[in-house]
Amino acid sequence: MRRRVLAAGVATLLLISACSEGGRAEPQQATGYTIAFVTHETPGDTFWNIVRSGAQQAAEDVDVQVRFSNDPDATRQAVLIQQAVDAKVQGIATTLVTPDALAGSVRAATAAGIPVVGLNAGIERYRDLGALMYFGSDETVAGTSVGERIAASGAKHPLCVIHQAGSVALEARCAGVKSAVPGTENLQVNGADDAAVTSTLQAKLAQDRTIDYVVTLGAPIALDAIQAGSTAKIATFDLNKETADRIKDGKIEFAIDQQPYAQGYMAVTSLYLYLKNGNDLGGGKAVLTGPSFVDKSNIDTILPYVEKNTR
Amino acid sequence: MTRRPEIGALAAAGVIFVFFLAVAPAFRSLESFFTVLYQSSTIGIVAVGVGMLMIGGEFDLSAGVLVTSAGLVNSMFCWYLGVDLWAGAALSLLFCLAVGFLNGWLVMRTGIPSFLITLGTFFILQGANLGVTKLVTGAVASPDVSAIDGFHSLGLIFSSSFEVGPVTVWGTVLWWILFVLISGWILQRTRGGNWIHAVGGAADSARAAGVPVVRTKIGLFLAVSFLAWFVGMHNLYRFNTLQAGGGVGNEFLYIIAAVVGGTLLTGGFGNATGIAIGAFLFGMTSLGIVYAGWDPNWFRAFLGVMLLAAVMVNLYLRRVFR
Repeated sequence: MRRRVLAAGVATLLLISACSEGGRAEPQQATGYTIAFVTHETPGDTFWNIVRSGAQQAAEDVDVQVRFSNDPDATRQAVLIQQAVDAKVQGIATTLVTPDALAGSVRAATAAGIPVVGLNAGIERYRDLGALMYFGSDETVAGTSVGERIAASGAKHPLCVIHQAGSVALEARCAGVKSAVPGTENLQVNGADDAAVTSTLQAKLAQDRTIDYVVTLGAPIALDAIQAGSTAKIATFDLNKETADRIKDGKIEFAIDQQPYAQGYMAVTSLYLYLKNGNDLGGGKAVLTGPSFVDKSNIDTILPYVEKNTR
Repeated sequence: MTRRPEIGALAAAGVIFVFFLAVAPAFRSLESFFTVLYQSSTIGIVAVGVGMLMIGGEFDLSAGVLVTSAGLVNSMFCWYLGVDLWAGAALSLLFCLAVGFLNGWLVMRTGIPSFLITLGTFFILQGANLGVTKLVTGAVASPDVSAIDGFHSLGLIFSSSFEVGPVTVWGTVLWWILFVLISGWILQRTRGGNWIHAVGGAADSARAAGVPVVRTKIGLFLAVSFLAWFVGMHNLYRFNTLQAGGGVGNEFLYIIAAVVGGTLLTGGFGNATGIAIGAFLFGMTSLGIVYAGWDPNWFRAFLGVMLLAAVMVNLYLRRVFR
């Protein structure tokens, strides 16, 4: 008997709470849009941390909700995009590092009327997949400009260090370097283990003493190259606090920055502008966020931003 | 059964060594040899513990990320609170031993295979490494500790190197040899060594014969976590900063070193020399490919072939000598 009374009480409460329309609206749902931000980030990469800070800042600035998710595995990233479609978000920003694996989910999103913006990777394919805009750097262009710059300083036989096996983007950077300096050689290392990277570099530098430049594709790897006692000059893709300090004291010649903060920030803001005002940035072309060079001449300006995790 | 589990690995090491001497001119120098030894030592130190644990019949999949956890605990604790690095190193040691104890205690208490328990701790540590680092520093790499008190004295212990003629000898190589000697002594000469073999071979009869199974196995887990801490300290004091996602995948390298060195996957058989040779084989192959100027993308494939070959040779030898 007592239980029945209790059940009736609960039911009444539920009824009352169900007809509370017209009261104060939940602030999170009332203002702004919800945007899904999907990447192929491997957890623990300093680079993605900066992309996220950019996206987060944009979310605050234009007052939208951003839902982050990431998976380095292509098929699982496709599922994450599908999940965003199922959750009926208003916009999706995603990296397109493995366009073929993601094509199905991206099409599902556009079919459901959800605008998709590409960032960071996938510059050649983003339009085919139906993404509206793209913010990132062209890896081959970036590689080529590094190659031209080190060639100008006399490099004949640079070493391009790939720290993640089978990554299209990293291979493209090295291909770009090679297009400017034909003597470029690639080296594969295990980016998850600094000691292994260092000794592999040591071995390579001992095996081939004609190497005159080491180009690393991630900031932590450049620091390992210093540890390996490289007498060849060092240049690196991407920045972090320690590499910025090493650029300042001359151990690293320069870093090439694709401005990940801008990638995250612009992906979110562009979706906001599209949703709010129908804007389309880039004039049908990808918007390039890089390459931007960081060297001794401008490091003092940039160092404070690096310390704040935004460059 | 032969009492020499390392024979197969020794033969393989000889063959591969001569092979690289022949094909890789850059391999033929003392400097290269010591770079190989350094590479081997960073895997070999933890492999000593993991191998002993496997002789004792258990696995530890959490050892690879625990190395990174060890360094992160030390660096972030000291950076955040601004205390001397020695305090952080001690705290980190306690932390690692606690993880090792938890692994061992859970395995013994629940009877769940150590493969599953340590797979769990592996994921927990991997996530916590990233999550805590992000919370504390706002980034996913640990802050640079080279300016904090105690860096130089700790560096002397964990990451010093000295020159002998043209050769750079890393302290880790000497530590590795020391740990191998201690492990060999324990396994061959002490009652504890008999216990380890007994609990790995047949835990129930060992228990019936009065061997303290629980204490022995928990002790082995503690040994693994101590050695993981040691390598974690080396990584921190050599590289000043650590990526929070590092160390993943190395747990298998430790197991491979032990198995290639003749340790039986089911426990009860193996020795310290074999495990050391296993780690040396790993270091030699991984760098030999680079010294030969080949594409290191192939390295994992070589590693797999080496593992299969070693296991088959060991199986064959055991049949022949039975």
